[in-house]
Amino acid sequence: MEFAELIKTPRVDGVVLHRPFMPTVEGTLCLTGHHLILSSRQDNTEELWLLHANIDSIEKRFVGSLGTIIVKCKDLRVIQLDIPGMEECLNIASSIEALSTLDSVSLMYPFFYRPLFEVIEDGWQLFVPEEAFKDLESMTDEWRLSEVNKDFSVCPSYPSLLTVPKDIDDESLCKAASFRHGGRFPVLSYYHKKNGMVMMRAAQPLTGTNGRRCKEDEKLINATLCAGKRGYIIDTRTIAVAQQAKARGGGFEQEANYAQWRRIHKAIERSNVLQEGLIKLVEACNDQSHSMDRWLSKLEASNWQSNVKEILTTACLAAQCIDREGASVLVHGTEGTDSTLQVTSLAQIILDPACRTIRGFEALIEREWLQAGHPFQQRCAQSAYSNGKPRSEAPVFLLFLDCVWQILRQFPCSFQFNENFLIMLFEHAYASQFGTFLGNSVAERLKLLLSQKTVSLWSWVNRPQELERFLNPLYEPNNLVIWPSVAPQSLLLWEGVFLRWNRSTKCLDEAYQEMVHIIEYNKELQNKVNSLRRQLAQLETEDGPLQTP
Amino acid sequence: MEHIITPKVEYVKLLNKYAEKKSALGTLYLTATHLIYVEQTNNARTETWVLHHHIVSVEKLPLTASGCPLLIRCKTFQLLHLLFQRERDCQDVYQSLLRLSQPVKEEELYAFLYNPHQNEEDRRQGWEFISVANDFSRMGLSNDYWEISHLNKNYEICSTYPSILGVPKNASVAVVTGSAKFRSRGRLPVLSYYHKDTKAAICRCSQPLSGLTSRCVEDEQMLQAISQANPNCPFIYVVDTRPKLNAMANRAAGKGYENEDNYSNIRFQFQGIENIHIMRNSLQKLLEVCSVKSPSMSDYLTGLENSGWLRHIKSVMDAGVFLAKAVCEERASVLVHCSDGWDRTAQVCSLACILLDPYYRTIKGLMVLIEKEWISFGHKFSHRCGHLDTDPKEVSPVFTQFLECVWQLSEQFPCVFEFNEHYLIEIHNQVYACQYGNFIGNCQKERLDMRLHEKTFSLWPHLLKNQHLYRNPLYRRSLESTVLRPSTLPLHFKFWCGMYNHYDRGMHPKQSVLDQLLSLTQKQEEGERTMTELQRQLAVADGVLPDPSGPINTPTEQDSPSEKTPTAPFVQSNGSCLPLVNGDAEEAGPGAEKCIDKEGAEPGATEHDLTSSEDKPVSVETEHSKEEVQESS
Repeated sequence: MEFAELIKTPRVDGVVLHRPFMPTVEGTLCLTGHHLILSSRQDNTEELWLLHANIDSIEKRFVGSLGTIIVKCKDLRVIQLDIPGMEECLNIASSIEALSTLDSVSLMYPFFYRPLFEVIEDGWQLFVPEEAFKDLESMTDEWRLSEVNKDFSVCPSYPSLLTVPKDIDDESLCKAASFRHGGRFPVLSYYHKKNGMVMMRAAQPLTGTNGRRCKEDEKLINATLCAGKRGYIIDTRTIAVAQQAKARGGGFEQEANYAQWRRIHKAIERSNVLQEGLIKLVEACNDQSHSMDRWLSKLEASNWQSNVKEILTTACLAAQCIDREGASVLVHGTEGTDSTLQVTSLAQIILDPACRTIRGFEALIEREWLQAGHPFQQRCAQSAYSNGKPRSEAPVFLLFLDCVWQILRQFPCSFQFNENFLIMLFEHAYASQFGTFLGNSVAERLKLLLSQKTVSLWSWVNRPQELERFLNPLYEPNNLVIWPSVAPQSLLLWEGVFLRWNRSTKCLDEAYQEMVHIIEYNKELQNKVNSLRRQLAQLETEDGPLQTP
Repeated sequence: MEHIITPKVEYVKLLNKYAEKKSALGTLYLTATHLIYVEQTNNARTETWVLHHHIVSVEKLPLTASGCPLLIRCKTFQLLHLLFQRERDCQDVYQSLLRLSQPVKEEELYAFLYNPHQNEEDRRQGWEFISVANDFSRMGLSNDYWEISHLNKNYEICSTYPSILGVPKNASVAVVTGSAKFRSRGRLPVLSYYHKDTKAAICRCSQPLSGLTSRCVEDEQMLQAISQANPNCPFIYVVDTRPKLNAMANRAAGKGYENEDNYSNIRFQFQGIENIHIMRNSLQKLLEVCSVKSPSMSDYLTGLENSGWLRHIKSVMDAGVFLAKAVCEERASVLVHCSDGWDRTAQVCSLACILLDPYYRTIKGLMVLIEKEWISFGHKFSHRCGHLDTDPKEVSPVFTQFLECVWQLSEQFPCVFEFNEHYLIEIHNQVYACQYGNFIGNCQKERLDMRLHEKTFSLWPHLLKNQHLYRNPLYRRSLESTVLRPSTLPLHFKFWCGMYNHYDRGMHPKQSVLDQLLSLTQKQEEGERTMTELQRQLAVADGVLPDPSGPINTPTEQDSPSEKTPTAPFVQSNGSCLPLVNGDAEEAGPGAEKCIDKEGAEPGATEHDLTSSEDKPVSVETEHSKEEVQESS
């Protein structure tokens, strides 16, 4: 298909662009296959380049022959375009609608994007399971890398290589897979070096109403326990929801069959409810009404902050079991691709200082989200402004980032990256020139030949020029476990994302710059003092007698 | 001391809100001024000191299996949950605290006992340190339009006003006195703030005694005079900060608000800030929300909404913003009142001052502002804070709300305040502590009668001495936007965890950016000093400077640099951090050049790779840092 067919009017002159807290710009609007561009033609400073994929929905309005298109983006920005001429306006609107809702993945921009920078370090090769396993091998020999899923037939949403207990053979894995939702049998998520405890993740067991059991599944997870030790199963669903799942063939681990495990139920919302929460929250944030009660009740009704609290609480629980109780943990919800991953990845941020570095965090996202089969393509197809009925959309990843931000806010010196890094990941998960977040699983990504045909986000981010923006000037490596507070008073609305376009950031940017200044000035000062000390020492050794009293 | 039944109780548990198991046994002491709880675990000794004046309520809870619980609530929002082993001890402490926390006479207040080891001269200087009269001259008074009037020097026109008042030049004595008679408690319209740039003024008063039909020519002339004192605008705003309904109800009692028909060129406006009783109840509800043990997010947000607290904070802020806008954008003068003009009026006027004038955003400026708008204009601190055991219906967190508004502003504008959050919280604690005399009494006349300046000390020098704790490292004096224009959309108001959950340390960020930056600025000062010293040593070692420790050295040479102008960029970096480059002195002002001459140092004489320019300012820096110390002490 040619994009040209979808573009009814490729350019319109005299279009006025309105953006919050920015001066209006008049210029020429151009539509290309992947971008909406507005150029003022005045030294090109006031240009808008918007990916069609970033457009969540549009609205049209007419006053006489002047048309207005409100463009609502997945990054929550809202812009307004005044377009002279009714026909032009209608054409532009329908073109944008068509171009922003292309179904075929291979028509997405990452397949057309050619980087203007030289790829020095290919992000596609950065985080391969073999490397992660090498690290694990240096700490323990209890685990092996299994190729049972090499053609993705055992579990389509898992990667081809999986870390499993050494004593469990592939045949048992297959049997365990048939007992778990979507074939997601328990695999290693995290090894806690300090005490050798582990965190595993899986999907719900398919016990059904008649209490099916699977010896191999039991053997598999028991193999991770030390003799005489008990482990914890954290089911991210309430007991009621888990019970209901039985009727649909799902269920939870029966005490009788998993005697060495204690099961704890938590109440993380299912992903389909989350999308509605996001829509409500963003609607509340855009409400210009001056009623405080209305704002607070809308904030409450969105349940967003409740979700943040519940996810963080569960992650803390998992981390506590591992670090404080010295027990191994298995985490699952229903499918094991959403709340499960939120919990396992956040627990690692709490426990493992490596995850708080930029590379470590990227590796975490690769491991626990991309390779673990979080369906990014489905979940991020639409954002807060979608009009249509949600299909599989859900801000699962955004909630995870929000939780990371909460921890970052409470431990502002323990992360190598800053808030901008998290916001950047949010943007790219929803619309990007890079192929990293395309597809729903490793299998899909292989099929799409993403590593050959698109550029990895990491190839770009890790360039020193880009990285600079994302470095936290306050960072001081901290090897401790960091326990965040989950009291409601401690959890704030993530303004960096939700109020990003509703406030002027001038003062906050100034404050940030000032902070950077202070820190850098101090470093330079210390360097200077040290170099003076050296000079003095040198002088003293040269003509020592001078200083004798 | 006669109220202390048992001065020491052992085996008392201080219950931890979050981890009951963790609570250890300790000893409770009661002194004349404090409750002290000492916990000794292994080698660590922790002491919790609570001032009796800070205790707002003591409550005996039902007996439990583990002992007799006593719940102590503080005005600083601290909550102490003590557990006694013996009922008897609990009862004794309960009774002692009931009495100790509610002094009956002024002389029982801590300030009358407290002596910070100052002599009488220090005391006098301390009280004179902040002067409202000086602030009038800072604003440019007297001038063509405004003058300082001493008509109230004996507090005869208005007993709750200060002795000096700013009034329009063309308001005659008859108009001033006449207008006072038409205003509730004689609180006539007088100047609160004069905005030099626009010549617009903020004036304050109490409600007029207009009733349903009354009018007063002098009062009308007074408003006319205020209007005429501003050549830039043909009208003035009259802002009644109350909800319209409240103001109308007052008319039946012979009070009320200005009838626009009777006053020429006024624009009348209600603002809708609720009264002290509603605010008191609102805080009560907020504190209930704060003290809930592990609430759900939904409980918390619903509780926050139902308390109405942030709604009230927003209403105060909205009114302040209205004033500031009128003054700086419309160049219009504003007359503000509520009922008596000492609560909402004080909040709104002082907030507008902060929005309009960067001076009030400094450490000293905030002291001046509090002294001016609150203390001298008769905000009834004794009543509102419940210093003495008086009418509980008079107690209201009006001043707390003002401090919170300032905090809310500092969240939106992190670089414009010289002080940090700790400063606001410290002021709040001190207002209730009565350790210093500033916030005792309800108006200037009362304070004079109590002879507070002779019997107690002033808080301000104490705060200034500790100002390093209260500095905002991000403060940028140079910030050009002098008038603050905050957004007052509801979502920009946050719950102030640092105040209302101050003592729940677990809720606060575990690493504080502020503390981090404060310690960096401290390190910076040390680093600068070390560098200066090293540079000096290098110069000595190099033979450029004579060795001060050696016998050849003459003292005069050491003293000589003292006349030099300190201009090296290093030292200025306290305010704004210039990047350090090699050869910083090149950026120094003319003073540095002057010092080259004086110093007589031969740049070419140095052999090591220190550039000559680094050598030159050595003495300048030393001198400057001395000056700095002097300035801040």
